[in-house]
Amino acid sequence: MKKLVLTGMLLLAPALVFAAAGGVQLDKANIDPNNKQSLQRGAKLFVNYCLSCHSAELMRYERIGKDLDIEDQLVKEHLMFTGGKLGDLMTVATADDDAKAWFGTVPPDLTVIARARGVDWLYTYMRSFYRDDSKIIGVNNLVFPDVGMPHVLWELQGWQDPVVNSVKDHAGHTTKRVALELAEPGLLTPEKYDRAIRDLVNFLDYMGEPAKHDRRSLGVKVIMFLLLFLVVAYMLKRDYWKDVH
Amino acid sequence: MAGNSAEKWQGGLLGWIDARFPLSSMWYDPLARYYAPKNFNFWYFFGSLALLVLVMQIITGIWLTMNYKPDAELAFNSVEYIMRDVNWGWLIRYMHSTGASAFFVVIYLHMFRALLYGSFKKPRELIWIFGMIIYVCLMAEAFMGYLLPWGQMSYWGAQVIINLFGAIPFIGEGIAEWIRGDYVVADATLNRFFAFHVIAVPIVLLALVVMHLLALHEVGSNNPDGVEIKKNKGPDGNPVDGIPFHPYYTVKDIVGVIVFLIFFSIVVFFVPEMGGYFLEHNNFIPADPLKTPEHIAPLWYFTPFYAILRAVPSIGGSSFPGVLAMFLAILVLFFLPWLDRSPVKSIRYRGNLYKAWLALFVISFFILGWLGMEQPTALYTWIARICTVIYFAFFFLMPFYTKMDKTKPVPDRVTS
Repeated sequence: MKKLVLTGMLLLAPALVFAAAGGVQLDKANIDPNNKQSLQRGAKLFVNYCLSCHSAELMRYERIGKDLDIEDQLVKEHLMFTGGKLGDLMTVATADDDAKAWFGTVPPDLTVIARARGVDWLYTYMRSFYRDDSKIIGVNNLVFPDVGMPHVLWELQGWQDPVVNSVKDHAGHTTKRVALELAEPGLLTPEKYDRAIRDLVNFLDYMGEPAKHDRRSLGVKVIMFLLLFLVVAYMLKRDYWKDVH
Repeated sequence: MAGNSAEKWQGGLLGWIDARFPLSSMWYDPLARYYAPKNFNFWYFFGSLALLVLVMQIITGIWLTMNYKPDAELAFNSVEYIMRDVNWGWLIRYMHSTGASAFFVVIYLHMFRALLYGSFKKPRELIWIFGMIIYVCLMAEAFMGYLLPWGQMSYWGAQVIINLFGAIPFIGEGIAEWIRGDYVVADATLNRFFAFHVIAVPIVLLALVVMHLLALHEVGSNNPDGVEIKKNKGPDGNPVDGIPFHPYYTVKDIVGVIVFLIFFSIVVFFVPEMGGYFLEHNNFIPADPLKTPEHIAPLWYFTPFYAILRAVPSIGGSSFPGVLAMFLAILVLFFLPWLDRSPVKSIRYRGNLYKAWLALFVISFFILGWLGMEQPTALYTWIARICTVIYFAFFFLMPFYTKMDKTKPVPDRVTS
């Protein structure tokens, strides 16, 4: 009986979570942390477009080079635009007060943003900017309403406009859904833009926890060892307990 | 040395030491000469596992302290420094963060074992009380430790919990301020929580664990049959249903330890955040006293009590009744040995009334735990209220239903 009720609760839980989430449906980022090329492209996008305002001040350039198989010389040339040492942290020169004056808030450090927001949120967020003349910066975001960040990648994506659709569900209720439509194309096709964002999010995910790769590969070894140890320990126990009746 | 020692005089270094210090008997008396019932089952693994987790938390904690900075400006970054730049820092940190949750998993199962087999009943009341104090200390330890990463959830979780003390009439605000050392959670709070988390509470915990074990070894372990094995001794003076803890239960516990470590490793190496239950997503955002997160929930091991707190309606705008109910929910556990009037210990020989109440209690505890993580709605609040009533009824009605319950005869010897 107890088990039955518990099972019922567990089965019900995802449905309730889904119902509670509401708002915008997040798209799956489908990142591949083992794809080094994707991570390298993401790193390039990050230093070119994000790192001028956002810092990643808990991350060192050197570590990126080491983990993503980028040679020291290439790290210096392609990732470090302001010089400095390989072991430097990825800080930005923008003063907090200036940033506050320009954007209304200090752009958050992005080192662990993927762990705070989740990759799906970031992936959807970076693809959900739209033109909104009522805002000072001229853009808004479906996932992050009234966002202070301009659409930094507009050059790549182009401009999207909101389209309001009325959707009828099977109960006959109509709900309004806002979709985004590409009004002015950018340098990249929508497919290529999505791929670029996937690379960027992949990099952000890596940066959130650079040890993730080591963690998983060590984990397999540790658990294999423990399973082997378990067999030996169980045989030892059985042998000792032979005379207990 | 000790005249009643069955061990032969040993020469050499050990003999020399034993003549001056009870080294051998410190090993033999609590292990090789401690007779434990031979019928321990699955539920009896969790005591030794709790000890394992305690040792693991202390050791990983020492190494974390070597690189952690208890300073509001530096704390968040120093944790990430441990995760990135300290050799094996990520492993030590994940072992410690997973260890905190594992501690509560193990302790809750350990406590549930006591409810199943009446391990708190006479003559083991003090074991239970020491255990309960350990549990309360562990809550304090976990709560203060969770402030140290100085993320948003650390900060606002501490703010909410400390504000609970502020709900106490007249003196509450003063107490809350005294705990924080400031008008809000701040650097002073972080420093004192660090001191308590790293030194004060662990010392108390270790002392209590020693007392818990001393009391246990004084009266002997209970077992799934609830039979006192000391009542039935063989010609050698040892209980006929007992076996020496070492080597029998040491080799058995090694199996338990490895199974535990397998589950523990799965979390540490593959899902250290446990979907936000062990490490909350918002805690990867540095503490910001000016930005209150939309949804503040304590970690899972506190949520049943948090749900009770929210379920009780406030009176005259004061949430004091809820706070009182929450503390009472923990306090009432201390009285378990005297609330239970059943003549038998083990659930095997109890009647259906106790079984039904225990099942209801466990179900409502789980539901409360889940509700404590969710945003309260009108429906959820009512479910929480029903579960809170069941929670307290389990204890307050216990003297009656345990007395009315039809029990089965208890055998003289343990069953295998």
